[in-house]
Amino acid sequence: MAEYMTSDGNEAAAHVAYRVNEVIAIYPITPSSPMGELADQWAAEERKNIWGSVPLVVEMQSEGGAAGAVHGSLQRGALTTTFTASQGLLLMIPNMFKIAGELNAAVIHVAARTIATHALSIFCDHSDIMAARSTGFAILSSSSVQEAHDFALISQLASLKTRVPFLHFFDGFRTSHEISKFELISDDQIKTLIDNKLVIAHRERALSPDNPFIRGTSQNPDIFFQARESVNPFYNYCPEIVENVMVQFGKLTKREYHLFEYFGSPDAERVIILMGSSQQTAEETVQYLNGKGEKVGCIKARLYRPFSVSHFLKVIPSTVRKIAVLDRTKEPGSIGEPLYLDVVSAINQAYAANRVDLGSMPFITGGRYGLSSKEFTPPMVKAVFDELSKDKPQNNFTIGINDDVSGKSLQYDTGIVMEPTDQISAVFYGYGSDGTVSANKNTLKIIGTETDYFVQGYFVYDSMKAGSVTVSHLRFSHKPIKSSYRIFHSVFVACHQFSFVERIPVLETALQGATFLLNCPYSTDTVWNKLPKTVQKTIIEKKLRVFVIDAYSIAKELGLGNRINTIMQICFLGLSEIMSISVAKEKVKEYIRKSYGRHGDSIVNKNIAAVDQALKHLNELPYPEEITGSIDMRKVVPNDAPEFVKACTSRMIAGQGDELPVSAFDPDGRFPSGTTRYMKRNITGEMPVWDPDVCIQCGRCSLACPHAVVRAKMFHTARLAGAPQSFKSVPLKRRGYDGYSYSIAISPDDCTGCRLCVVVCPAKNKTDPKLKALNMQPQPPIRERENENWRFFISLPESDRTGLNFNRIQDVQFLEPLFEFSGACAGCGETPYVTLLSRLFGERAIIANATGCSSIYGGNEPATPWAANRQGRGPAWSNSLFEDNAEFGFGFRIAVDKEFNYAKELLQKLAPGIGEELVNSLIEAPRKTEKDISDQRNRIDILRSKLNKIDNPAAKDLFSLCDVFVKKSIWLLGGDGWAYDIGFGGLDHVMALGKDVNILVLDTEVYSNTGGQMSKATPLGAVAKFAARGKRTPKKDLVMMAMTYGSVYVARIALGADGNQALKAFNEAEAFDGSSLIVAYCPCIGQGYNLSNGMEQQKRAVQSGYWPLLRYNPDLRKEGKNPLQLDSSPPSIPLEHYIYNETRYKMLQRSLPGEAAQLLKRASDEVKMRYGWYKYWAAMKMEDGV
Amino acid sequence: MIDLSVDYLGIPLKNPLVASSSPLCTSIDNIKKMEDEQIAAVVLQSLFEEQVILEQRELDTGLLQGTEHFAEALTYLPDFGTYRFASSGYLEQIRKAKEAVDIPIIGSLNGISTGGWIKYAKEIQDAGADALELNLYYLPTRPDISSQQVENNYVELVKEVTSRIRIPAAIKISFFLSSIPDTVSKFADSGASAVVLFNRFYQPDLNLDSLNVVPNLKLSTSDELRLRIRWIAILYNKMNIDLAITGGVHTSLDVLKGIASGAKVTMMTSAFLLNGIPYAGAVLEGVSQWLERNDYKSIRSFQGVLNQASVENPEAYERANYMQVLGSYNT
Repeated sequence: MAEYMTSDGNEAAAHVAYRVNEVIAIYPITPSSPMGELADQWAAEERKNIWGSVPLVVEMQSEGGAAGAVHGSLQRGALTTTFTASQGLLLMIPNMFKIAGELNAAVIHVAARTIATHALSIFCDHSDIMAARSTGFAILSSSSVQEAHDFALISQLASLKTRVPFLHFFDGFRTSHEISKFELISDDQIKTLIDNKLVIAHRERALSPDNPFIRGTSQNPDIFFQARESVNPFYNYCPEIVENVMVQFGKLTKREYHLFEYFGSPDAERVIILMGSSQQTAEETVQYLNGKGEKVGCIKARLYRPFSVSHFLKVIPSTVRKIAVLDRTKEPGSIGEPLYLDVVSAINQAYAANRVDLGSMPFITGGRYGLSSKEFTPPMVKAVFDELSKDKPQNNFTIGINDDVSGKSLQYDTGIVMEPTDQISAVFYGYGSDGTVSANKNTLKIIGTETDYFVQGYFVYDSMKAGSVTVSHLRFSHKPIKSSYRIFHSVFVACHQFSFVERIPVLETALQGATFLLNCPYSTDTVWNKLPKTVQKTIIEKKLRVFVIDAYSIAKELGLGNRINTIMQICFLGLSEIMSISVAKEKVKEYIRKSYGRHGDSIVNKNIAAVDQALKHLNELPYPEEITGSIDMRKVVPNDAPEFVKACTSRMIAGQGDELPVSAFDPDGRFPSGTTRYMKRNITGEMPVWDPDVCIQCGRCSLACPHAVVRAKMFHTARLAGAPQSFKSVPLKRRGYDGYSYSIAISPDDCTGCRLCVVVCPAKNKTDPKLKALNMQPQPPIRERENENWRFFISLPESDRTGLNFNRIQDVQFLEPLFEFSGACAGCGETPYVTLLSRLFGERAIIANATGCSSIYGGNEPATPWAANRQGRGPAWSNSLFEDNAEFGFGFRIAVDKEFNYAKELLQKLAPGIGEELVNSLIEAPRKTEKDISDQRNRIDILRSKLNKIDNPAAKDLFSLCDVFVKKSIWLLGGDGWAYDIGFGGLDHVMALGKDVNILVLDTEVYSNTGGQMSKATPLGAVAKFAARGKRTPKKDLVMMAMTYGSVYVARIALGADGNQALKAFNEAEAFDGSSLIVAYCPCIGQGYNLSNGMEQQKRAVQSGYWPLLRYNPDLRKEGKNPLQLDSSPPSIPLEHYIYNETRYKMLQRSLPGEAAQLLKRASDEVKMRYGWYKYWAAMKMEDGV
Repeated sequence: MIDLSVDYLGIPLKNPLVASSSPLCTSIDNIKKMEDEQIAAVVLQSLFEEQVILEQRELDTGLLQGTEHFAEALTYLPDFGTYRFASSGYLEQIRKAKEAVDIPIIGSLNGISTGGWIKYAKEIQDAGADALELNLYYLPTRPDISSQQVENNYVELVKEVTSRIRIPAAIKISFFLSSIPDTVSKFADSGASAVVLFNRFYQPDLNLDSLNVVPNLKLSTSDELRLRIRWIAILYNKMNIDLAITGGVHTSLDVLKGIASGAKVTMMTSAFLLNGIPYAGAVLEGVSQWLERNDYKSIRSFQGVLNQASVENPEAYERANYMQVLGSYNT
């Protein structure tokens, strides 16, 4: 009997790949990471493959490493696979050429993703697949979750038969993360289809000293060409073999596939050809258009390489006159994209060989669509067919965008509704933290499993890690669902956060008479007039049925905190009537026990209580026939925002980025700085309020704040004229500053409510000790007042940097942060260091940022937190890739050095006209302190005015370069994934070269951005993905490794443990004339605890000896001193007092207590040993050769 | 040879010295040592229901926080293990203790919800505990909850729990009850087999430098015994329930005083923490020697000899004694 599963494309593919392989070597990259994670989980659960053995799963240091390991494993005869995407696939290319060149049977599963060009994108297109098309891998394309499952097997079978390795791909996110119901292939079916003789033959080709041969020789012009051509028969036979495998598969499973498939009118005149999930949308549209009498059709390309001309020609109707080939990639400079060129070539070859019966050659055009998961919808498909109706259809067109620069885009009508009317479509708006997505995933599983409905779920997340808006698109139908695009017309809309109604058009998809479920803190008597006018209007015009519930109150009462998922899930099931509510409740309870049972019965009980209570609090909202409200939708950006922000950023923030034309963007990928200040997301329910009478003006709060929301200023008291009445200030406690005031302000609309500032505040209210100088209060009642205070605060002048001591927190608090309001998690442990860097050196910094959390919160549109000061100076920031960050930033260094040298040469050449004194001071003046820098800027101004009067090319050249005389602060910034693993080779080389670069490693001890995979920074005994039973090897000591150079400045810091030591490290690193490495301890959500305790955890990490603070300064040798200074005391608390506050350790203690105890012992010994080494080294005398 | 055997909770014990609930009892090795040193029974450290709930909540929060929030990181930690919380470890400890020693193992439970009390009581029973000590540790801070309500709740709870388990239950109470005899009598009627006097509430201290309330653990002294023997003496023989003393038992004389007042057993922890588990041997030796010197053949014959009813001046245990004490201070 058929067994079904409701899950996503990643799981569907991995489910097969795991069972038909022996070795799995991976490296995580979105959106393919879950495949490797699932493989690792199943291996940890000791699930077996079809040969009754548990595959060996290993995480490598990069995709290049994974490909190397795959290649090696294949050469040794193991059935081996890997999972990847995008840049990851590109890093595998050299090995892919080898793997194919040696005729190794293998499958690489790819969740296709855009390759980074002018920007990075985690979303889907086929640029990665196309970049790999010349490797010799066969390429098989899946267009749905069911196909991802089926083709995972078909590709494996075909590869074993043909010895051609396969790239099996499906669309990233659209298929990889889409939840759908699919039929499982059983173990028995796999065993029936897999010919074990081929497995043995594969093994027999392995490298073995018992049967020695060599492979991978170096060949010369005399033989290479011939040897290369010897593979031709394998590729010639490959398509037919794949077709046969598909037929065999179809006989067993009743699911039939072919290399190319045609769908549509048998006498079609216009046909489109595509690959991937868009095929489903094309099929749906063709069905609709056929129903209207249009003679159109679509060809689904499945086997892209080897491209079989004969199989392709077989499916083209003889009536075809015009063909549009749609590519989901862009190849600038080419006369057409890859699939288009292949189709043109195929038809041309066919005509040349007289092999077709098509009459005259059809007109073939090519177009691009869907780059970076741009939606591809039925109206767009229709627009392509309409274009083909023209006498001269456009070639090289685009569809889905408005290209007002090259005029290539086709127009399409968004008003046509072509979605099947028998589908139930529901859209849900929630916050990341409220459980909306997991509730919807559960709903899909329940309905998919317990009913005969087909289900589809697609989830959209915004780019913020705090207060992220999630939109769930759910479809239910009694027929297979082909709509591979977001929902534009829905019968059910749920809004799980009331604040959304004033800033997001949540009802835009609602059809006439749809149901609207609203979570709100108001009763049915009062909520209507809390809705904006436009929302009231929509409700009235569309005659929506509105239901309201105060889910947060119920959740609080039941002890569920802010997790309203179960409550809202029951409301949807009750209102949608897709299944009987009593059955639904039972099934939800079953799933609760299954999902949460492991977390304890108290958790299960609370959620079950929520199931029973929810509907009792759900009420239908009666509403009038006219608009009675007075609230407008919130302005997206203020009126005084810069032009680009008003024209573009605001549209992106409002979710209307799709409507922006090509001309809105700079062609080289640049974006203006400092745009997050316009977002004003207003995501916190609570914010800190300053009590100036208690404050000791220490500055710790502003340093601890991850989002630069808490700021301090000192200013002349006269500046208070015009301050709002509620604005607070006190006399400044600083010698020599009589007549000055001190103020702290907090931005209510930018605060994430993380509480770090309150926790670090050392000052207690003497009459009420539970209060401090900062105390959390509900934000809504004070929001307006505090916004007004904030605006006034921002208008106050910044302090003169030259008068501040950069080694004291009390002074550094007054430095303007040039990194603000990022999308980092609430309580992020990385961003306080980044903000600090921006305060200290931001106005002359050039930053190379590795891909990771810091590049996402630092550069993910619609806005960037990197800002400029009032003089217009600020960090110049760029992200290149993941693995190359050190080299990329090094490139900044050598370019600046060259510029400086050249500018010096020009200066000297022009000295007679400029003046020797100015020339000498520009070249020789010290460039260390803020005063030095300020003086140098003044000299540059003088130089510029002199150069303006000199009319020759050298003067013009020098004019364009003279800013280089201000010392640039070059920073290589990134996480441990970059520094310890994939980028280590480059980092090591850059350190060895000894040029003046500063490296800041934000060490969260795990791959935070991609969901917590182990890195070499992960500590012994900590649980992470790919270390489910606790990491068994110690953390790599990057600090010690760098110190062994002897010529690199190295520091290990923890802001929460010793802020002043951290400051010293930053300043010494900047001053050091050579490579400097700072490794910073960063609490992270992946460590599994409330990040408001992050600073305390940093202290414990240091107190336990796990994270000894130190600075290694080679310059101290010149003074006859030991370069190593150990800045923290010997361990004073046992390691377990630090680690067992974190779930990443605690969970192992709870699941495998014996192993946890052993690992704790080893980890404790390791801490003692390592601290001992540092202590010994730090105590050495110069004469001992330190 | 003096017969030190008693029976407590219907369980025969070789002597009246029991190790009371403390962190010493978390270690099986310690429990084995206790048996070797002739301690008659062990009350394990308390299982706190709120600890279990807190652990579950922490794990759930730690595993779920940040999930389904950001497209690249839908989860952060691999969550597919089977997790054990304080209760699982506790039950495992009971099983291991029962395997390791022959002396009775008494579980100790401190719940906050009726459901929680019943659930864990049954689990402790099913794990093999010989008896259960219910640790009634509720500190009333709300003026709108009357003493009657608090005490009624205690009684209801005892009734609910004892009706669901087979093993005998001892109720450990605090001194802060309006009428100890009344409440203890109701416990007896509700199915309790023993009552243990008295719980020691650890009083926090104040740190004036940091303006913080700080935990402060002070071990008991023999001075604290007097409160307990007074009430044991008052309660002795008035109702059908075993009496036990905990707190203030440090020496052989303390054990004897406790038995004399009417307790079946005396429980010791602070003395073991200060002097080590082998101290038990010296205490029991001292008890035997005293009984022999004073011509008692068994501890049972000494039990209750100084209970309220037995002394010439019962008022010594009542209010009049207060006046006498004050008067003696002046002289």
